[in-house]
Amino acid sequence: MAERVVAWKPRDKNTVFGKEIDRIDGIEKASGYAKYTADINTPGTLYCKLLTCPHAHAKVVHLDVSRAERTPGVRAVEVLKPVGSEIQWDGTIVAVVAADRPEYAEDGVRAIKVQYEVLEHFVDEEDLQTAKKLQRTKDLGENTKGDVEAALKQAKVVHRGYYGIHTISHCCLETHGAHCQWQGDDQLDVHLSTQNVSGTAGQFAGPLGLDAANVSITCHYIGGGFGSKFAADEWGLACARLAKKTGRPVKLMLDRATELKIAGTRPSAFAQITIAADASGRVIAWDSHHWGTSGIAGGTVRLSQIPYIFDFENRRRRATGLVTNCGPNRAWRAPNHPQLCALTDTALDDLAAKLGMDSYDVFMKNLDRVSNDKQDVYREEMRIAAELIGWKDKWHPHGKGGRGPIKRGLGMALHTWGGRAHAATCLVRVHPDGTVESLAGSQDLGTGTRTVIAVVLAETFGLDVKDVRVRIGENKYPRSGPSGGSTTVGGVSGPNRRAGLEALWKIFDLVAKEYGVDANSLEARDKKIWSNGKVVCSWKDACRLIGPMPLEVQGTGPKKDGLTSDGVGGVQMADVSVDSETGVIRINKLVCVQDCGAIVDLKTAKSQVYGGMIMGIAYALTEERIMDNATGRFINADLENYKLPRIGDIGELVAEMYQPDSEYRRGVVGLGEPPVISTGAAISNAVANALGVRVSVLPMTPQRVLAALQATS
Amino acid sequence: MRPIEYARPETVGEAVELLSEHDGATAVLAGGTDLIYLMQKDVLDPPPRRLVDLKNIPELQDIRQQDDRLVIGACCTLEQIADSPLTAPLRALHDVIDGIRSIQVQQMGTIGGDLCHLPNCWYFRNGYGLLALNEGRSLVESGENRYHAIFGNQGPAKFVSASRFAPALIACGASVRIVGPQPDQQETVPLEYFYVAPKTNRQGVTILKPGQFLSHVIVPLARPLQTATYEVLQIEGLDWPLAAAAAALHVEGGVVRDARIVMGHVAPVPWIADAAARFLVGRSIDEDSAQRAGEMAVAGATPLSQNAYKVQLARTAVKRAVLKAAGLLEGGV
Repeated sequence: MAERVVAWKPRDKNTVFGKEIDRIDGIEKASGYAKYTADINTPGTLYCKLLTCPHAHAKVVHLDVSRAERTPGVRAVEVLKPVGSEIQWDGTIVAVVAADRPEYAEDGVRAIKVQYEVLEHFVDEEDLQTAKKLQRTKDLGENTKGDVEAALKQAKVVHRGYYGIHTISHCCLETHGAHCQWQGDDQLDVHLSTQNVSGTAGQFAGPLGLDAANVSITCHYIGGGFGSKFAADEWGLACARLAKKTGRPVKLMLDRATELKIAGTRPSAFAQITIAADASGRVIAWDSHHWGTSGIAGGTVRLSQIPYIFDFENRRRRATGLVTNCGPNRAWRAPNHPQLCALTDTALDDLAAKLGMDSYDVFMKNLDRVSNDKQDVYREEMRIAAELIGWKDKWHPHGKGGRGPIKRGLGMALHTWGGRAHAATCLVRVHPDGTVESLAGSQDLGTGTRTVIAVVLAETFGLDVKDVRVRIGENKYPRSGPSGGSTTVGGVSGPNRRAGLEALWKIFDLVAKEYGVDANSLEARDKKIWSNGKVVCSWKDACRLIGPMPLEVQGTGPKKDGLTSDGVGGVQMADVSVDSETGVIRINKLVCVQDCGAIVDLKTAKSQVYGGMIMGIAYALTEERIMDNATGRFINADLENYKLPRIGDIGELVAEMYQPDSEYRRGVVGLGEPPVISTGAAISNAVANALGVRVSVLPMTPQRVLAALQATS
Repeated sequence: MRPIEYARPETVGEAVELLSEHDGATAVLAGGTDLIYLMQKDVLDPPPRRLVDLKNIPELQDIRQQDDRLVIGACCTLEQIADSPLTAPLRALHDVIDGIRSIQVQQMGTIGGDLCHLPNCWYFRNGYGLLALNEGRSLVESGENRYHAIFGNQGPAKFVSASRFAPALIACGASVRIVGPQPDQQETVPLEYFYVAPKTNRQGVTILKPGQFLSHVIVPLARPLQTATYEVLQIEGLDWPLAAAAAALHVEGGVVRDARIVMGHVAPVPWIADAAARFLVGRSIDEDSAQRAGEMAVAGATPLSQNAYKVQLARTAVKRAVLKAAGLLEGGV
């Protein structure tokens, strides 16, 4: 065909790439054939139960595990918090019991004698004044740009408001955990529920005194991670140690309560915000102080990113961290962004209401202040989203949501993310019989990694997706990146395209020689090799020319060849109904218009957006870690009271992928984080539009909705 | 392994005998939708040493009409009750089953299990006992009480009664048959007297004594009643109501001749709103009278530090239950 340049095909030449392709592992997952870490039960596997501390702050003053060790069926006990340890949050693992059966392990846990000296705790993440009194705050900085005071004086409208968003837990359906099995004294095989297949061997090897080369990590399927599963974790190491002690395979999966309590949370953020505009609706001043907690580390969301997306001319910002006896944070899908969006875009919406303007117009008016290069993309995405949700017909001034008890409203918000490709390699193998394999130490976090790789290679070789065997989830495969920050799809698609093209060109050379055609005239499609519109040979015939051994090509990335890039915008609009007598909110419709460069698989891309919006509905309406001041405990750490929306709570979701040719030309950009970011703010704005009252803190439970209504009545 | 005996009696008498042993460290197993969870969490005191599975006793699985009464076996599943033509007049029960929303619970859960359900109070379920006391002080009062009682909370019990059916059944005038502790012993008690607000952690939430269990629910059908239940549910899935109310109206010529209103999930026991019900007698049901009934129902509420919003929810639940019973609740709410 043409000269040999690494690039995606011209858009109109694609037959698989960018189309709606079913997941190649969908049947395995749906049928139960797929084996997750929690499913691994090799013969003789021991089961673990955990002794966790029921106090938020305590010292272990007595610990005797000898009775547990003598309990029938118990094979070993591993102490994680020996006498003298200070415990800083509820649910901390004190000891692990491994036994022949889970019930024996429970007996063992009950047989452990433990005493704590209970210490003062502080778990209130919203109460800044008390935190100050108790010296539980950390100054996280302050900075100013322009002249905020002067701008406030000039402003037509100044709005002051309080906003907040509570801590949530990652709540992985498959809890964190591992299955460990030793082969002799120096080889450890770990099945680990991880987002980081290639990066965890060393985390086991170091503490266990092993060579990293002797640790195998396997994770073929993972039941959710969301940013919380990058590490071996103390419980993973405990699992390995118990396996060593007992000479038996050991499985340790966290129980649900412990999963919710200690395996990752998203920090909270609360803020006092002043925002001011001129008569035209342009924001001229921003002044905010936000606080929140990430647990004992005392962090909250990043100071440098507020106001979110917008870079207003005059701006003052300040952040304070609360040092609390709460479980620690981990990266949660789009770290910082959902909270910052929920603080910023709600304040902007209230400002619009105070100006007496349509929120849409105020967002539009301020697009020239966005701090990324997406101004034109946002403008276009807002226009599309507004059409899809019927903004012009349905929007009304805040508080004019109907005369009966059910009020209806519209809201919107904007988001942004990076999504660059992570550093990764892969091995593409073309067998003499024409079958294609791709191997990489990557993982499928739910994004469709296998399918993406299969699509890229199928398109490259002119094959069907099912003709490509994708092998991921083992660290013996070429090193790939951790799945975090929307980096995987770019991370795996670039190296596979590069390796695929190189392999294809080698095959073209062989075909050219064998059939006497110009190698540069060749192209592969429909399982055939073509030259100038004529079939030269079948794909299988071409591959026979490879010889007896398979052709192998290593792919690497990222490279600056245009296959991948980063940076996305995106807009969400929500249409909600609020029962003003009960405070119950229902989602009627949620629209997301999302750019993400060139789309590899339209179906999995849309699925990402649906998933993001559903997760957004959860933290907007129901999901909340409730820390009990009386006991210091995470009191709703079960799936009954840690409320997640069900299918009936989701409403109609519209995922509109924004994909003009300009997006295709940008190459592949990751999409995991963006669609979860602006859902909370969009829903909050829709509720404010319906009621004429801001429900200032997420999740907007009936309790908070009714309190907001009562405060104004 | 903590030993546990599993018994499968085939008659009520056998069940009573099996339950009476082990000094009360026995538990009735019906649908098992909650008992297994409570055992796993190890919050039952004493932990049961024997489970007596009632699902093989035919008379407990039967719904039949006897004269002008409907007799429902305690082990009838929610689905069975929903599907039985005999229950058709009792709309309030159907409203409850619809509100449970989980197909699994509808298929496994039983009416007896619901009526004896232990509270969803998070202190209880985290091992602090039914009364949630810490060194004699109520954790509920100083802690997270957003889902706790707004009535009847002046004593040590501050949880809310968990039963979804009790408000509807009490509104309909139902009784329950209690068998044991002797194999041939039985009594029938109006359901409203079945519940107690415990004074101690081991007292339980009903009048059942060791060796007794609830065998049947008896609902009078003599008078035609218009009934409904309205539960305020935050999500469209399996969830506990934030507040609920059931109304049973006897209406003649457009005028209420008799009424009963019972609130659920607002007190340690189902909470009967007599004044509100009396107010409706002699009136016709409309938005205004229903609203006033709601206001009267919550007049004596004593909310805790965080749950004043539940007063508004209970008021609305009563209003909507009354309107719904009268066929006047418009769609969408």
